[in-house]
Amino acid sequence: MKKSEIYSFKGLYRDDFKVTGYEFGEGNKTVCIVGSLRGNEYQQIYVCSRLIEKLKEIEEAGMIKKGKSIMVIPCANPYSVNIKKRFWSIDNTDINRMFPGYDLGETTQRIADGIFKVVKEYKYGIQFASFYMPGHFIPQVRMMKTGNENVDLARKFGLPYIVLHKPRPFDTTTLNYNWQIWDTEAFSIYTSSTEKIDKKSANLGVNAVLNFLEREGVIEYKSVPFFPSKVVESDKFITIRSSNAGFLDSIAKVGAEVHKGQIIAYITDPYTAQVLQTVKADHDGVIAFAYDSPLAYKNTALFKIIP
Amino acid sequence: MIETISDIVRFPLPVGEDFFIKRHRFEAGDKNKKRICIVTGIHGDELEGQFVCYEVARKIKKAAGKLSGIVDIYPAMNPFGIDSITRGIPAFDLDMNRIFPGNTDGDMNEYLASEIIKELTGADLVLDIHASNIFLTEVPQIRINEVSANELVPLAQKSNMDLVWIHGNSTVLESTMAYSLNSRGTKTLVVEMGVGMRITKEYGEQLTSGIFSLMSELEIWQGDVDNIKSPIIAHDSDGTDVCFLNASCTGVYIKEKEYGALVQKGDLVGRIISPLSGDVLEDVRAPEDGLLFTVREYPIVDEGSLMGRILRKKVLLENKK
Repeated sequence: MKKSEIYSFKGLYRDDFKVTGYEFGEGNKTVCIVGSLRGNEYQQIYVCSRLIEKLKEIEEAGMIKKGKSIMVIPCANPYSVNIKKRFWSIDNTDINRMFPGYDLGETTQRIADGIFKVVKEYKYGIQFASFYMPGHFIPQVRMMKTGNENVDLARKFGLPYIVLHKPRPFDTTTLNYNWQIWDTEAFSIYTSSTEKIDKKSANLGVNAVLNFLEREGVIEYKSVPFFPSKVVESDKFITIRSSNAGFLDSIAKVGAEVHKGQIIAYITDPYTAQVLQTVKADHDGVIAFAYDSPLAYKNTALFKIIP
Repeated sequence: MIETISDIVRFPLPVGEDFFIKRHRFEAGDKNKKRICIVTGIHGDELEGQFVCYEVARKIKKAAGKLSGIVDIYPAMNPFGIDSITRGIPAFDLDMNRIFPGNTDGDMNEYLASEIIKELTGADLVLDIHASNIFLTEVPQIRINEVSANELVPLAQKSNMDLVWIHGNSTVLESTMAYSLNSRGTKTLVVEMGVGMRITKEYGEQLTSGIFSLMSELEIWQGDVDNIKSPIIAHDSDGTDVCFLNASCTGVYIKEKEYGALVQKGDLVGRIISPLSGDVLEDVRAPEDGLLFTVREYPIVDEGSLMGRILRKKVLLENKK
């Protein structure tokens, strides 16, 4: 394992800003894995740390194939993580809205550029991503439909779902999108959480990457749990929204199978506990996303169901 | 003249409060009257538009008989943001000006964006007033996406601003309110002036004169109009009209030139200093002759932070021809 500095600059009254990479194996730049780009993505850092632990063992056992190298960057934004702020410390900009970056631009454009110059050299790019809303996801591989996406490759992660997502205007400045545009096969992996560490789904994420590395001939590794993947387009998800604002009392969990008409949550009046809305599944399916905050605004996406 | 204050959207929040966006409407004249919309507060930390809304309303009330159309004033499109000194939408950490055109069936913010588009579409002119951000002061200017330049530049010339900056298109900008409206045929000018969290009264007065000039142009205002200045026009679709001054290191920025200054190559624009060591870390010098139209106000800079923008001399010369 080789530790390297991907990008850095001097701090004023803080330690230097440093993005650190961990490299395994030698030779062709084959797979690059990126964890947190934002300051609240603790689970994403944790999954990378577990992956680094595993890859170190694999490398020491001589099981990384010759001529293949793997890079893991657990955190691209330690400054924001350490002050518990989602976006950049001074100007609140989002590094994941700055790709491919610009070396003469503003701070987060420079960070994105510094990272992208390194990660775009890899054949495969995997990002542990998060969603902007608080909630739990069913573990999935997500790919943007840019015309360059390769679904068969995504099956090699062995996760239960592959989600195809049509890019919106703001997606064009994300790492995943730019990876694909610059000819890296790019995948986002969603484990179930962001601000809380979920060991079980972190383990699924680590296994998914190891499955992929094994099936792409990067490592020799005994098989770990592998699921045949169902491919779903994100616009086919059924969204169940709150019709009232209030407290959310959620009954159904992510990954659960639900039936049309089944009660999955209540919205209650925060002052009187009166039930304002009985939330029911309007289709048979599996819960792919469950909102996780006691406070629900009107029209909040409480659940997303894969029909 | 009929004057009304009403909600363009209202719905309950989770705990003991309603959310709403207010519109102040002045209306006079016959059936086929035109409509101008004054919009501000999409970014909750940009307050320059607050004074403009007040001034426009005050002046209309003072000479109500001169109105012959509809003036709609929306001082707070992001009331949560204004209330909490937050640029984006608090609780969601979203930039409101990156979610347009929104979605009627989407979450609260997407729904809001779609209602705003519904409300403004069809107006004869929309002015979306911004105030840079808390870091930079901008001279009063209109920013126009190159895709809408033909329709918007003639109007921008009558807005009493110092500069009209026609910039290249980028996919990200397609999620702004102005892009959504312009692409629907509703002419929308984006004003940038002053600095975040502050009100620059003279800029507010300058834009107010510009708004009455535009109202007169649209035949909404029959009263007197101040003399309007001719703006410098930068056709910068290829990105060659403006020099950007970015910090080469982290430190504390001390400005040496004010916004609006004409600078020559090599002039000292500012310094980055280290209060800890007592050293100057960088002398920031003008890389070319031109007009300093953006100046950094917030002193802390990281490597890369924007400290200023200079409009190149060639643009100034082209405008003199």
